[in-house]
Amino acid sequence: MRFSGWRVLREGLTGNKGWTQHWRDPEPKPEYDAVIIGGGGHGLSTAYYLAKNHGMTNIAVLEKGYLGGGNVGRNTTIVRANYFLQGNSEFYSHSLKLWEGMEKDLNYNAMHSQRGLINLFHSDGQRDAFARRGNAMINQGDDAVLLDREGVRRYLPYLDFDNGRFPIYGGLLHPRGGTARHDAVAWGYARGADQRGVDLIQQCEVTGIDIENGKVRGVQTTRGPIRAKKVGIVVAGRSGQVAAMAGMRLPIESHILQAFVSEGVKPVIDHVVSFGMGHFYISQSDKGGLVFGGDLDFYASYAQRGNMPMMEHVMEAGMTLMPMIGKARVLRSWGGIMDMTPDGSPIIDKTDTEGLFIDCGWCYGGFKAVPGSGFSFAHLMATGDHHAPAAKFRLDRFRTGRGLMDEEGTGAQHNLH
Amino acid sequence: MRIDCPLCGSRDRREFYYQGAAVALARPAPDAGEAAWDDYLHLRDNPAGQTRELWHHEGGCSAWLVVTRDTVSHEISRVVLATDAREAGA
Repeated sequence: MRFSGWRVLREGLTGNKGWTQHWRDPEPKPEYDAVIIGGGGHGLSTAYYLAKNHGMTNIAVLEKGYLGGGNVGRNTTIVRANYFLQGNSEFYSHSLKLWEGMEKDLNYNAMHSQRGLINLFHSDGQRDAFARRGNAMINQGDDAVLLDREGVRRYLPYLDFDNGRFPIYGGLLHPRGGTARHDAVAWGYARGADQRGVDLIQQCEVTGIDIENGKVRGVQTTRGPIRAKKVGIVVAGRSGQVAAMAGMRLPIESHILQAFVSEGVKPVIDHVVSFGMGHFYISQSDKGGLVFGGDLDFYASYAQRGNMPMMEHVMEAGMTLMPMIGKARVLRSWGGIMDMTPDGSPIIDKTDTEGLFIDCGWCYGGFKAVPGSGFSFAHLMATGDHHAPAAKFRLDRFRTGRGLMDEEGTGAQHNLH
Repeated sequence: MRIDCPLCGSRDRREFYYQGAAVALARPAPDAGEAAWDDYLHLRDNPAGQTRELWHHEGGCSAWLVVTRDTVSHEISRVVLATDAREAGA
């Protein structure tokens, strides 16, 4: 089934009885050419690109819950390519280009909205840092515009520009940044993979990874053993537990990151606005809810919920920046499990076990990476070679100290990102 | 979340700084080699369940604490002074 305006019209006139299911619910086969552990955004896009770019269709995605039930369904939906360091810069640039063609490629409405993202600055030193970041983005071929105070005022007149502690000096505008409908991204990739023959197997938890003589042979699951010559681990916050099944310890500590949404209000915030000094960022969903968040709670957690101190901090920061939102009521809050690396940058690499690959460490920025991560991880799994835009996401960079990508410049240490 | 500081009593989480897994109690020798230092600095068990962590009572007595905590429920089962934990060889 293909989606089109004509189809929507026809279904609307005939009682919407012609829509079919998006993907099959197959039984696991005893053997596949490759198995992906994890049916989240990254796992599903990996499966899609394995099938589309590399012709690998005898593959399966194993998901212990339901498709897209983890972080891809729990994030704040921001899509951007405003990174500074080599390694990150070319990867997110590639990922953003994939976003721009994704809906057509998948024939699926992901509601990708390039409404522009503005990072605010509040001092001369911060202005210099953002000017430098903007230049790095332009050198990468992406877009960045340095706005002065009046420039920001034209876009965001509702901010408290004369805040005593953080007066607004200007902002870095990334016009191609924006948001997308998070669930739809997972569903679109799932549907695209399924249409190409990929088996999406839900309620199937991997309980062991079979390794013989340094080579991966398959996995043990709650729905029986599955043989595979190649296995990809794409399980975000659960990376530590799944890697342990292969005898690995990872440079990852899982943390809690909270997010919040208000009741629906009329259109008021047209962009994605980030207030780094207050650890606060916000956008408005198409439904009208103000979607916002802040920093990690800063302790290891698998709870998928946070605590009050960070909620209070985020609300205070929001009120500091834009007092107009004070009367909006918070509808709900939630938390996701972030696979934090010491330097805050991700890992897409082989492991010491032949045929076993890992894609993890997306910290709190995995959503925008969904297309790029799947594309590059599929390339690595299919060809055995690193895909150029993701070639610096090496697992061994922590051991060797070479190629660390610490965007914040705070040090490659576990509790600093 | 409240932490029961052995010196100050039950205090709000906001008074404490989180350092991470309590690996610092077993710091390798300077010449222990690359693998030992990689292990110490970067690699983590990252358990979903009971874990031992170092917290600093920054806004209180400034003691370093070894906190045994459940990463799924956030329940804290044990708090001891890091100096005591170290002397006990734990």
